[in-house]
Amino acid sequence: MHNFDFVKPATIADAVKALSAEGAQALSGGQTLTPTMKQRLAAPSLLVSLTGIAEMKGVCMGDDGLSVGAATTHATVAKEAAAHYPALAALAGGIGDPAVRNRGTIGGSIANNDPAACYPAGVLGSGATVVTNRRRIAADDYFQGMFSTALEEGEIVTGVTFPVPEKAAYVKFNQPASRFALTGVFVAKFKDGVRVAVTGASNNGVFRWAEAEKALSSNFAASAVEGLTVSADDMIGDLHGTPAYRANLVKVLTKRAVAAAQ
Amino acid sequence: MPKDHGIGASSKRREDVRFLSGRGVYTDDMALHGQTYAVFVRSNVAHGRIKSIDTSAASKMPGVLAIFTGEDFKDVGGNPAGWLINSRDGTPMREPKRPVLAHGKVRHVGDAYAAVVAETYNQAKDAAQQLADDSDIEELPAIVDMKKAVADSSNRVHDEIPDNLCFDWGWIEDNRAAVDAAFKSAPHVTTLELVNNRLVPNAMEPRSSIGEYNPGTGDYKLTTTSQNPHLTRLLVAAFVLGIPENKLTVVAPDVGGGFGSKIYHYGEEALVLAASRKLGRPVRWTAERTESFLTDAHGRDHVTKIEMASTKDGEILAIRTETLANVGAYLSNFSTATPTFLHGTLMAGPYKVPHVYVNVKTVFTNTAPVDAYRGAGRPEATFSIERIVDKMCRELNLDPFEVRRKNLIQPDQFPYTTPVGLVYDTGNYQATLDKLIELADVKNFDKRAAASKAKGKLRGMGLSTWIEACGIAPSNLVGVLGSRVGLYDAATVRVNATGNISVMTGAHSHGQGHETVFAQIVAEKLGIPESSVEIVHGDTSKIPFGMGSYGSRSLAVCGAAMTKAVDKIIAKGKKIAAHMLEAAEGDITFEDGKFSVAGTDKAKTFGEIAFSAYVPHNYPLETLEPGLEETAFYDPANFTYPAGAYLCEVEVDPETGKVDIASFTCADDFGHVMNPMIVEGQVHGGVGQGIGQALLENTSYDENGQLLTASYMDYAMPRADDVPFYTVDHSCVTPCTHNPLGVKGCGEAGAIGSPPAVVNAVIDALHRGGHTHVKHIDMPVSPARVWSAING
Ligand SMILES: Cc1cc2nc3c(=O)[nH]c(=O)nc-3n(C[C@H](O)[C@H](O)[C@H](O)COP(=O)(O)OP(=O)(O)OC[C@H]3O[C@@H](n4cnc5c(N)ncnc54)[C@H](O)[C@@H]3O)c2cc1C
Repeated sequence: MHNFDFVKPATIADAVKALSAEGAQALSGGQTLTPTMKQRLAAPSLLVSLTGIAEMKGVCMGDDGLSVGAATTHATVAKEAAAHYPALAALAGGIGDPAVRNRGTIGGSIANNDPAACYPAGVLGSGATVVTNRRRIAADDYFQGMFSTALEEGEIVTGVTFPVPEKAAYVKFNQPASRFALTGVFVAKFKDGVRVAVTGASNNGVFRWAEAEKALSSNFAASAVEGLTVSADDMIGDLHGTPAYRANLVKVLTKRAVAAAQ
Repeated sequence: MPKDHGIGASSKRREDVRFLSGRGVYTDDMALHGQTYAVFVRSNVAHGRIKSIDTSAASKMPGVLAIFTGEDFKDVGGNPAGWLINSRDGTPMREPKRPVLAHGKVRHVGDAYAAVVAETYNQAKDAAQQLADDSDIEELPAIVDMKKAVADSSNRVHDEIPDNLCFDWGWIEDNRAAVDAAFKSAPHVTTLELVNNRLVPNAMEPRSSIGEYNPGTGDYKLTTTSQNPHLTRLLVAAFVLGIPENKLTVVAPDVGGGFGSKIYHYGEEALVLAASRKLGRPVRWTAERTESFLTDAHGRDHVTKIEMASTKDGEILAIRTETLANVGAYLSNFSTATPTFLHGTLMAGPYKVPHVYVNVKTVFTNTAPVDAYRGAGRPEATFSIERIVDKMCRELNLDPFEVRRKNLIQPDQFPYTTPVGLVYDTGNYQATLDKLIELADVKNFDKRAAASKAKGKLRGMGLSTWIEACGIAPSNLVGVLGSRVGLYDAATVRVNATGNISVMTGAHSHGQGHETVFAQIVAEKLGIPESSVEIVHGDTSKIPFGMGSYGSRSLAVCGAAMTKAVDKIIAKGKKIAAHMLEAAEGDITFEDGKFSVAGTDKAKTFGEIAFSAYVPHNYPLETLEPGLEETAFYDPANFTYPAGAYLCEVEVDPETGKVDIASFTCADDFGHVMNPMIVEGQVHGGVGQGIGQALLENTSYDENGQLLTASYMDYAMPRADDVPFYTVDHSCVTPCTHNPLGVKGCGEAGAIGSPPAVVNAVIDALHRGGHTHVKHIDMPVSPARVWSAING
C-alpha cells in the first residue's frame, strides 16, 4: 500500500469539498477499496471517509418507503430493515461474512457496481431511488453496466430509498470461491406489477428480465416462468460457469425467488 | 472407562493454549535488531528470456541496501531433486538446475529473477516495482498443456530438454508383457480417462524466512517455515550455498500448516542467508498470499488413463495405467518420488490383483513446481483405482460393496506381496468395510434417498476402500529406488536432575499435536506425569538429526526413535538402580515409574534414579557413567499400511448441479491409536481437504500460463458449511508388525480415501436420477460441471 492522507468529515458538504482535491477518493466500508490499495492497484493520495457523517447512516421508514443511508453497513440493514423489508434485510445478511457485513456499506456497494454484487439486484429489483449530493436517480437509470454507474465526477451516493413491495425475495447462488453471486435474482411484487432483477449473470451488469416480469405480473407463480427461455448471449462465461449455465440459473433462481416470496 | 492420560487417552492439545491465545511465535512474529526486508521481483509471464535487468534506478531509491539477480548466484549450486528416477530404458531422469534466482530464462509466472533488500518493506516494494519496470523480458510461447509439451520439441521449458520430459517410468517394467497378456485374454475391460486436479496447498501461514549472519563467528541462522529443518540445512549447506553444516542453524518455530508445501527448500531461504552475509544484518521475507499461490509447490496434477481387466462377475485380473504427471517448471525436492514410488507402488490398492503395470511420464511445463501435498501420490493412485472399480461395477451391473469384498486381500493372506513391489505387513480390510456398512447405516439408504427426492434432490452413495503407505522407508530400500537421503529418524531423551524430561525429536509439528502425543507416550513408558515431559522440535542446534514431518511418518518413525531412546533410558536406569539398591542389574525390574529388585520391596522411584544420575557421589565410575540422556536412531523395516473404508452420501440439486455432502463416514485401521481425539481431528482435516479437492479446488492456468485462480476470489477452499459432521471410527486395529508402538499413521488418510468416495457418490446420484449417460466428471465436481454433465 502507498501512503495516503485521511480525513473523516462530519457533513456531506465537507466530504464533497474534501473530495474535490486532486487524488482524493471516497472511502466507505473499505471492503473493496482497501484490498485494491493493498495490491497497489489503486493509490489515492487522500481518503475521505464517509462513515462519520450522521445523515448518511441508518435505516428509516418514511412515506416514500424505506430510506437507507449510504454509509449504513450490511449488518445494520440486515438487522434494522428486517421489520420493514425482510427480503432486503435478508439480502444484506447474505453478503460476505460477518467482518464484511460489519464494515461494508450499501453506498460503497452500489457505487462500485460489481457485476456479481447483491445490492444492485435489490436496488434495481425494488425500483429504488438512488439519492446523491446533487440529485435523485431512478435505479433504472443508475446502473450502467459492469462497474459503471450514472455517478458523475464529485458526486457521491448519500442514500437509497426503497418502495416496499407486497412480496419479495432474493435468491443467490454462490460462486464457490468468492461467494459473491454466481447469479442472484431479486423478485419484487408491487400492486402494479412485478420486477425481476438479475445480478452476476450478464456481461452488462445487473439487468431486469422483462419477459419474466410480464409473465409474473399476470400470474405470480413459479410456473409462470417455466415456459420462458433465457438467452445465453451476453451472459458471463468464466471458470465458474458457462454462459449457458448462467442462463439456466437465471430461470431456476427466478422460480425459487417467486416461490420464496409467496 | 477410557484412559485419562498416557497412551490411548484423548489428552487435550497442550500447544493449543498458545495457539488459541495468540501466543504462538511464528517466523514473521520475530522482530530483530537491525532487520531489513527482502522483496522478490517475479516474472509476470510464464516463459521468457531475460534480456536485461537495469538495476541503476532501483539501487538509488530510498532505503535500498542491495539488489540481487540470477547473475549473483550463477556460480552456486542448484536446489536438487531428492530422488533420482530412471526411465524405462535405464537412462537417468533429466535434472535441470533450479537456481536461487532465475538466470537466463524465467519459467513460470511468479518465478523470482531478482530481489531487493531495503530498510523497510515499502521501500523494498517500491524498488522491486522499479526493477520490474526496468527489466527487459522477451516473452516466449508458454508450455502449459502436458500432452502438447511432450508432442512438441520446438518449444522447451529447459532448452537442453527437447521433449519436456523428465523421465518415462515403468513399474514394473519386467511385468509389462504379462500385464498386456492378461488384458488380451480378459472377459471384460473397463477404461477411464481422468484428471487428478492440481491443488494449491494454502497453508494458513504463508512461507516466511529470516536470514542472519554473524560476522564475529561466521555463523548463519535461518529461521523459516519448514516441516523439515534438517533437510533444509543439508540442502542449503551442502548443495546450494556451500556453508559448512556446523556453521548453519535452521530453526522452524511455530509453523501454521504445511500439507507438504513446507517440506522443501526454496530459493527465498538461500537468498535471505546470502543477503544477510552481504549486509551483516538480518534479512527477512514473508510471502504475500499471491506469492503463496504462485510459488508454493502445488500438488497432484495428473492426467491418467487407467484400464481394469476383470471377469464378468467382477474379479479384478489386471490394472494398467498411463499417467502424465506435471512437475512444473523445476524439480522440487520430492517431485520425482511423488508420482512414482508414492503412486505406482500403490496401484494394486487393497486388492488381490495379480497383474499391475504403471507408466508415468513426468513433464516440465511453465507452471509452478508440483510436489508432495497431503497424501502425495497415494490420493492419485486411490482415486484412479476406486473410480475404475466403481465404473466396472456399473458396466457389469454389479454391487460395489460385493465386488470390493470379493477382491480385498483376506486377513489370513498377510504379509501380502503386491505385484507393484510392496509387502503389506498386516490388515483386515473386511473388518473396516463391515464397520463402515454398519456405521453408515447403508441398509436404510433407500429411505434417505426417498426423503431427498421429496425435496427435489438426487441422493447417491459412494464407496472407497483404500490403502496407503506411510513412514516411507527403509533407507536401504529407498536407496535402491533412487533416494538421495536416508529415511530414518532420531530422538534424544534428556532426563533432567529433578526427573523431568526434554525430548528432542526430528519430527516437526506444524499443527499435528506432537507436543501432546509424544509426551503421552514418554510419560506412559516412564510412569511419570505428562506435564513432566517437554517436546523440543524444529531447531537443528538442539536436535540430534531428523527428517521432519510428512508422509504420516512422525509417530511411526520419529515416535519409534523416541521409544527406542526411552528404552535406553530405562536400561541405564536399571544400571543405576542396581548400584543404588546393591543388586544385580538382571534382578531389576521397571514398572509404573519404579525400579525394584525382583521379589523384594526394595525400590527406587524414577525421580530418585534421575537425581542420583546427576549427583553421582558414590558411582563406580569405571562401570557407571553419570547423567541420564540417550539418543536413538530408528530406521524402519518397512512402510506402514493404514487402510480403511469410506462412504460418502451426497445430495445433488439437478437444476443447479450443486452437490451437498449429506454424510461422510470413515472406518479406518491406523494400528494402535495414541490419542483418539487427535486422530479424529486428523481424519476430519484430511477428509475436509479431500472434499475440497473433489468439489471445490481448481488450479487453473490459461494457455499463456497465467494462473487464473491466484486468489480466494477464484480458488475455492472448503469452508465449514461445505463439510458435514463426520462419523469417524478407528476401532478396527491390526497393529503394525514392525514398529515398537504398532502405529501406522493417520495424517493423510482422509485426503487419500475421500475424493473417490465423493465422486462415486455424485455419479451414483446421477444414475439413480436417470442420468445414466454420465460416466465420469472430473474434479472439482463443481455445480457448473455437474449441470453440464446432466445436460450434455
Ligand atoms: C470477503 C468479501 C466478500 C464479499 N461478499 C460479497 C457478496 O457476497 N455480495 C456483495 O454484494 N458484496 C460482497 N462483498 C463486497 C462488499 O459488499 C463491499 O462492502 C462493497 O463492495 C463495497 O462497499 P464498501 O462500503 O466496503 O466500499 P469501499 O470499499 O469503501 O468503496 C468502494 C468504492 O466505492 C466508492 N464509494 C464508496 N462509498 C461511496 C459513496 N457513498 N458514493 C460514491 N462512491 C462511493 C469508493 O471510492 C470505492 O471506489 C464482499 C467483500 C469481501 C471483502
